[in-house]
Order: sequence, then structure tokens, then C-alpha cells
Amino acid sequence: MDNSQPRRILVAIKRVVDYNVRIRVKPDGSGVALDGVKLSINPFDAIAIEEALRIKERGRADEVVVATIGPADCQATLRNALAMGAQRALHVVADAALEPLDLARVLLKLVEREQPFLVILGKQAIDDDNNQTGQMLAALWNRPQATFASKVELTDTAAKVTREVDAGLETIEVDLPAVITTDLRLNEPRFVKLPEIMKAKTKPLTSIPLGEIGGPGTARAKVQKTEPPPGRQRGIMVKDTAELFAELSKRGLV
Amino acid sequence: MSKVLIVAEHAGDKLNVSTAKCVKAASTLAGSEITVAVFAAPGSKVAAQAAQIAGVARVIEVSNAVHEHALAAAIAPQLAELAAPFSHVFGPSTTFGKDLMPRVAAILGAPQVSDVMSIESATRFRRPIYAGNAITTVEVTAEKIVATIRIASFEAAGSGGSAAVEAASPAVALPTHTRFVALSAAGGDRPDLQSAGKVVSGGRALASSDAFKLIYSLADKLGAAVGASRAAVDAGYVPSDMQVGQTGKIIAPELYVAIGISGAIQHLTGIKDARTIVAINKDGEAPIFEVADIGIVGDLFTIVPELEKLIEASRK
Repeated sequence: MDNSQPRRILVAIKRVVDYNVRIRVKPDGSGVALDGVKLSINPFDAIAIEEALRIKERGRADEVVVATIGPADCQATLRNALAMGAQRALHVVADAALEPLDLARVLLKLVEREQPFLVILGKQAIDDDNNQTGQMLAALWNRPQATFASKVELTDTAAKVTREVDAGLETIEVDLPAVITTDLRLNEPRFVKLPEIMKAKTKPLTSIPLGEIGGPGTARAKVQKTEPPPGRQRGIMVKDTAELFAELSKRGLV
Repeated sequence: MSKVLIVAEHAGDKLNVSTAKCVKAASTLAGSEITVAVFAAPGSKVAAQAAQIAGVARVIEVSNAVHEHALAAAIAPQLAELAAPFSHVFGPSTTFGKDLMPRVAAILGAPQVSDVMSIESATRFRRPIYAGNAITTVEVTAEKIVATIRIASFEAAGSGGSAAVEAASPAVALPTHTRFVALSAAGGDRPDLQSAGKVVSGGRALASSDAFKLIYSLADKLGAAVGASRAAVDAGYVPSDMQVGQTGKIIAPELYVAIGISGAIQHLTGIKDARTIVAINKDGEAPIFEVADIGIVGDLFTIVPELEKLIEASRK
């Protein structure tokens, strides 16, 4: 690796409906009601920022750059990331939502500009739940991916990553540069302090029109209809363990 | 006609049930022709197992020592190469498929539909968003469609098939930038939480790691896997790979027993496709009772051992 270049981590983040909001499907089936609901940084992406900051604080990176792709008012989300401690922010201004492969193509352009040794993203956004963008970026970049990370250890040339998989915990080693996507237990993101919020206002935030860096997107998957999930009916209450056992036996479950 | 390529998930010598579930999903596509691709180390019996799944027309076996452990970086370029003649490429929406399939889609330049719950046509799919709190119907316009199949939404295809197994070695360079180091398995001899027919879960009310012995003991009597709520995981009673819910595992067993679990939204999201939910909780107002088929209000430290004794007695 070229030693004259700063060792840079790029963190891609997304603004989503806050995880505490109980979402409501519009009665006409046209989507989820978003008017007036609280928007926040995707929780997995906050974990991604935190991990990048910790790597920098351990002296393994010189700079943390955060990026998002979205409409003009996403800048508040980037300011939040700057207040956490990132040095710079990039805002690719796109009014319409892009599909994961288009997002990955835009991120690849940012990677080519910024030359990071590590890109960290949340494993999925909690709105669309696609869980695609990080893996797609890794493929387009032709670099390794370490998804669903719960532990990251770096050397100068590689990352040893523990991944939360269905069978337990898997550890893989990937050469740098690489893409890492975060799982919930990787870390607990820091709280932002007021002075940091003030300081973040003066940190550099660059806006890049989508047209300058990528096309308008392919829009090959169109949502036709959005419905609430089928509900479950409340069942019966039993008064004691004997009755519980009898009910389970009756249904052939014990 | 839809030509579907399904990537097999396996643990060395044993095919994961998620593969038969993907076959079932593919078979709901009118007039589909189903091929299963197996990436395994030499000597693996997985291809033969895949050939026995009902509805599979052909199995393509890529045998290479590299595939002793499944690595997306090694499988993706080969699966993309094999995908050329197919209209659809499916993988399970397990951590294996979630890791692999977007990498395949990006190599192919194809869109991916994640977590398919049902297939309406060759181009129309239903999938959950917002952790299952809304369901969308998506129409995809593309020559090739990549999808991950939500395994909780499909039963496994039966056995009795006898598909031909062909060897293949796709002409792509395999990357060396990703290396397997170790896997620490969860659960020991108990059934796998993700695919178990019965699951017993414990929550915060267990109040200690030690008290989870109650849960394990009942689970063993029932032949069930053991899960936990996020609260129990966060409290450090059990490891995180046991977590059931929106941010943990989303499961659909025949029987789900929630013990000392209040039923936070994010937990309910993970169990709402269970066939029968049983709730044991001392708080009669707990939200878990809103979704439980059978509920009992009381002290779990009394009820669970009593239930275990009754099960034991019934088998004598």
C-alpha cells in the first residue's frame, strides 16, 4: 500500500424511519406512511460509523469519511455522523430512491475517488431490509466482503472478521481493501455530545449531484402494492399446568 | 418457461433443509425447470442428496477443495458463470444466501429480490419490508432475476427424486483474498434453531444464565431447539446466536414455547409464522398473550418443571 496516502475508511449510511416508530401502511396500499415520522440514521450504519471511529482511535486509520445517497434533507443525517466523529461527509444528491445495485455502482465511484482501505456499511437498512448493497459493492469492486461482522481485527494488510452466521460464529480473514457489513453486536455506538454537534457544523460536507457520478438508476423492481401483514388471533388461556399439558397433547405437540 | 438455478446450502456432508425449501418455492413458478448447483469439497455426498429432492431435474456439482467451507467470494463468480442459461437464480434467505446472492446478482448485473415469501408469477414476488410489518408486491423487469427465498414461508419439497448429477468446473479465476479461519458452532447436539420443528425460548424473566437450564431441559424433552429473547441475550444469559426476533433469527416452527418473554414487537416479528405459540408468563397483560394460541399466567419456575414431569410421565 502507498504510504503517502492517508489510510481512509469510507462509511456508507442511510436515513430511515426511526426503529422505535411503529410504521403504518397507507390504506390505499400505495406504501408506508412517512409524513411527520421521525427519521434517524439506520441503526446498523451507526454501528458502522462507530467501528470506523474506533479503528481510527486505535491508530489504524487516518480519516473516516461518511457518505450517503438521498434527497437534500439527508444532510442532517450526515451532520449527525460528523458529530459522532467522522472528519468529512459526501452527499450524493438523489431525489428518487435507488435500487441496491445502483447504489453499489454509485458507491463504487466514491470508492474510486477516495481510495479507502476499508468500506463499512450496515448489513441492511431497516426499512427495505434488502441486505444487498455491501455485497454488491464488494463484487463490483472485485474485493473481499466480510458480512454480518460481530468482531473486526486489523493488521496492515488484512482483516480478521468474526461473522454472525446461522451455525454460530464464523471467522474469516480478508485481504485489504475490503468491504465489511456490520451486525448488531459489533459495538454500541457512542452518544453525541453538544460541543460535537456545534463542531460538526463546520466540518466539510461535499454535495455531488447524482448525474455527475452515476445514472438515474435502472428501476427494474417496482413495488405494486404494500399491505399490512396478516394478524394472528388471540388463542385460549389455560388455568394450570395440567390443562396446558392436556391442550398440547390434544394438538399432538408433546 | 422459467429455468431456475438454485444454489445448495450444506454443512460439508449434509444438505441443509433450506435447499428443499428453495425447490418448493421454485416449483410454484408455472412450468419451472429446476437445477440445483452444489459447491462442495471432493467426496461430499451433498450432490446425491440434492438429486433426491422431488422436483429437481438436474444437479450440477462443482467439486473443489476450496468449497470445504462456503465462501461467497469463491462461489459467487462460479455460480454467476453457471447462471448463463437460467431465467432465475435462487438461494435461501439464510446467512449463507444473504451473503452470497447479492454478490452473484452484482456480477450478473441483475436485480435481486430479497426474502421472497410467495411467487405470484415469473416476474412478480411478495416480500416483507420493515421487519415484516408491511408486505410488498414487487414486479421485476429483467432478463435474469436473482432472489433469496424466505425459508419460513415455504415447506420443504419432498424426497423421491432421481435427478442426474453432472460435474462442472466453471472457467473463472478463484480469488485468494478471502480465507476461512474457524467456525464455533452453537447449540451442540440440539436441533438447529433456524430449521427446528419445535423451539423453546427463554426471556429476561429467567433472570440468570443458570436458570436457562430449565429451558434446555424442557427443550430436550420435546426434542426442541433453544432460543431466547433479545433481552435475555443483552443481559448475557445466552449467546447472541440464540436470539429470536427481527434482529436475530426469524423462525416458523410447528411449536414455539415462549417462557418469561413479554413479547416486544421485535420478538413477535421473529415468530409470527409459527404454527402454534405457547406463552408462559407471570404478567397476564404481557403482549405475548395477544399472539399466543395457548397462554398460561403463572410462575415459570413452577410451571416449567411441572410441564416437564407431565411430559415424562406420559411417555412411561
